Amino acid sequence: MGRYGSDAGPGELPEPARGAQPGPGATPARVPAPARAPAPVPAPASEPEREPEPEPEPEPELAALALKILVAGGFGVGKTTLVGAVSEIRPLRTEELLSEAGELVDDTGGVDQKTTTTVAMDFGRITIRSGLALYLFGTPGQDRFWFLWDELSQGALGAVVLADTRRLQDCFPAVDYFEHRGIPFVVAVNCFAGARTYGAQDVARALDLEQGTPVVLCDARDKDSGKEVLIRLVEYAGRVHTARLLDAVGPQTGPV
Amino acid sequence: MNVQWYDAEAGPLVRPYAMTGGRTKPGPHGVRFDLIALVAVEPGGADAATESLLGPEHRSLLGLCRAETQSVAELAADADLPVGVVRVLLGDLLEAGHVRVSRPVPAAQLPDERILREVIEGLRAL
Repeated sequence: MGRYGSDAGPGELPEPARGAQPGPGATPARVPAPARAPAPVPAPASEPEREPEPEPEPEPELAALALKILVAGGFGVGKTTLVGAVSEIRPLRTEELLSEAGELVDDTGGVDQKTTTTVAMDFGRITIRSGLALYLFGTPGQDRFWFLWDELSQGALGAVVLADTRRLQDCFPAVDYFEHRGIPFVVAVNCFAGARTYGAQDVARALDLEQGTPVVLCDARDKDSGKEVLIRLVEYAGRVHTARLLDAVGPQTGPV
Repeated sequence: MNVQWYDAEAGPLVRPYAMTGGRTKPGPHGVRFDLIALVAVEPGGADAATESLLGPEHRSLLGLCRAETQSVAELAADADLPVGVVRVLLGDLLEAGHVRVSRPVPAAQLPDERILREVIEGLRAL
């Protein structure tokens, strides 16, 4: 059994954490790694030699449910503030490691001459009950990190697009993004002190939102206000989803 | 002289990929860990002896999962490692049967009405 081989048996780590040389055979080059495809969860250890067989379901006792909500918007519009206001944990920053090319580098060849950089994302958590939690992710602002949005929005319940009426154009890209991907979102207008207030209608018109997309005026610093935004989003996401289910299923309703 | 030649500004002394042995993707099974995939310690997974053979980052991740089932994003933040690195290390732990991972619900079957209602009520009660 090769030290780095993909046939490394369960029960042994393919290699020690440090000091291992990434040899040419060093791994996952051969792994197709279908990011989106339903990759089978590998069987946990114990059975020694068995060819990898797809395991259909995740363990039932881990039926904990995590829902993802994105918080997008222009730079400095209050994404971090909003996440912090409603999160029960201090907003954490996590970093995604990137090569300059904007993709994780592949292992064989050229690792050393590629410069890597990290991009930080804020996130927070709201536990609804044991086994059900909402995770909020502040999307990285710069356009060049958009491919990260793709990952973040994968399986997301919906998104909050934060807007500042003084710089409404800053949230255009986020609005476009979610509209094109059919991800339910609400526009939350962060009412900065000193900014002229506009009605939700005006904002909806200025952004040329699709019919029905909610616009909420909010104060990103205020917990109750943030909660209200999230509630509106979840309600709206539910409506969008139900409508889609009905469309897809036709007259017979029921889970797909 | 023992002048300290590095400081916080210098960044970590060990380059991220050194912790993963140069790998950038999780091992053979090609599992893609979603940021909100929940990771729990496999009961009876790693005994002390096995665990002592693991690298420090693997052990610290195990320790964090042992304290509480955690999402990949939380693990990365708590272990102070980039998500890309955490994914690779978790892949090792999964292969070795030390942890189990719940994958988030696929979008297509996302919001069950009952759950959404629960979420809304939970938010109101916050």
